[in-house]
Amino acid sequence: MTEIILRSLYVSGSALLLAALIGLPLGTALALGRFPLRRTAATLVYAGLALPPVVVGLAVYLLLSRSGPLGGLELIYSPPAMILAQALIATPYVAAITMAAVESVGPDVRLQARALGATPLQALLLHLREVRGSLVAALAAGFGAVISEVGAVMMVGGNVLGETRVMTTAIVLETRRGNFGLAIALGGVLLAIAFTVNAVLLALSRQSERRLFPS
Amino acid sequence: MAETRPRVATVLAVSSVVALSLVLASCGPRSDALHLGSTTSTYDSGLLDALVPAFTEAYPQYSVKVIAVGSGEALELGRRKDVDVLLVHAPAAELQFVRDGHGLDRHPVMYNDFVVVGPEDDPAGLREAVDVGAALRRIAAAEAEFLSRGDDSGTHKRERFLWSRAGIEPVGDWYREAGEGMAAALLVADATGAYMLADRATYSSLSDRLRLVPLLEGDPLLLNVYSVIRVSGARHPEAAGAFAAWLGSDAGRNRIATFGQAESARPLFQPVTQSDPPAETLAKLEQALSGQGLGPDR
Repeated sequence: MTEIILRSLYVSGSALLLAALIGLPLGTALALGRFPLRRTAATLVYAGLALPPVVVGLAVYLLLSRSGPLGGLELIYSPPAMILAQALIATPYVAAITMAAVESVGPDVRLQARALGATPLQALLLHLREVRGSLVAALAAGFGAVISEVGAVMMVGGNVLGETRVMTTAIVLETRRGNFGLAIALGGVLLAIAFTVNAVLLALSRQSERRLFPS
Repeated sequence: MAETRPRVATVLAVSSVVALSLVLASCGPRSDALHLGSTTSTYDSGLLDALVPAFTEAYPQYSVKVIAVGSGEALELGRRKDVDVLLVHAPAAELQFVRDGHGLDRHPVMYNDFVVVGPEDDPAGLREAVDVGAALRRIAAAEAEFLSRGDDSGTHKRERFLWSRAGIEPVGDWYREAGEGMAAALLVADATGAYMLADRATYSSLSDRLRLVPLLEGDPLLLNVYSVIRVSGARHPEAAGAFAAWLGSDAGRNRIATFGQAESARPLFQPVTQSDPPAETLAKLEQALSGQGLGPDR
């Protein structure tokens, strides 16, 4: 049970890390950059929010299946496959909310910073600090999307006991087996974890805002 | 602003590279376990939790990963070589699988049976039906509600076969598809008072929670045979061979026969032996299922 909880956190945490590494810069670039097809790319990111996890799972399965293009890596039915699938699911959440947050602040901040002698990178970082709380919300949304996700991890992980079974797939299995009590208990633990993670993230963002804007 | 753009692009590029290398770095040691593709009925009933440890005790050099899905999906995983060996219950599809060269061989391992369950008051009068064909025709004639698994599982394939053999194309408000596993579908049928084709193992494990009762059983066409298939081109052929051989050995058969005996009056799965079920019955069933033998009965 502990092992399943830890694996859930490991898989979804790693997926969120990947999604943050891609989604935060991507969202920022889409909000500030001026390049062709920017609008199309932004629309694609928003559309990604509607992508059913099980479709992502199917695509990753076909990619990593032994007879798929990346079958030689032998990643199917392993945690890295689950991390990859969940990262693809979380990235649109992180990117979309980052994009909306960065767009919400006008160019004045950066222009003023530049006028006061900041380098472009310093100006950009200042801009991002302005929306720090929303960036944390972007991460929270991404985490919420994957920690509760079952379709993709079931498909690419295979729900193998001791290797790829996570909380959501364990809930499906116990429900299928008629052990409703155990399934509900697992659901409660999942909810408690989601609550704790979000509480921590929220506290962190409040703290950073206080540090930046002492009253 | 103009100078910000390249920076953003750089950050984007760098983080993508970092992300990709993280994924590749986390690959770790490659899995070397035997991949067993099996069905939810064998896994959810707990049978594989009993069989797999007994096998790895006899063959400590192998470890086993169980992928439990519907029989249709399991066979597809076999076609894609994602599993090394299959333990499934869809005889017609299995024979086709081996004929198409995806399987090296196929051996019946164990069996139980399907039952037609339904509401106690039995509005379609299944208790008077002589065989499963007659039972289905009664349901269709009465337009009594029937719930199908609708998920291309072994049970669903058998149900479709039984309808077509009875000469009926089940369409209408009375015929509904659940698209669920066996246990979930049984609960739906129970709530709506529908008839349903269920495997005895799952039905037995849930029967104290269900108002549905068995109304027709014992027809040879309701025999539910599980076979082991070695997948051709598998990644772990020796382990697959050892597992298939062990299932048919006395040790494997004993483990199947004793499974679940403590909890239920009759064993959930019977090992297939020389004389049981009678080879003739088994052959007839397979012939009928693969459409080579007897045509639709009347």
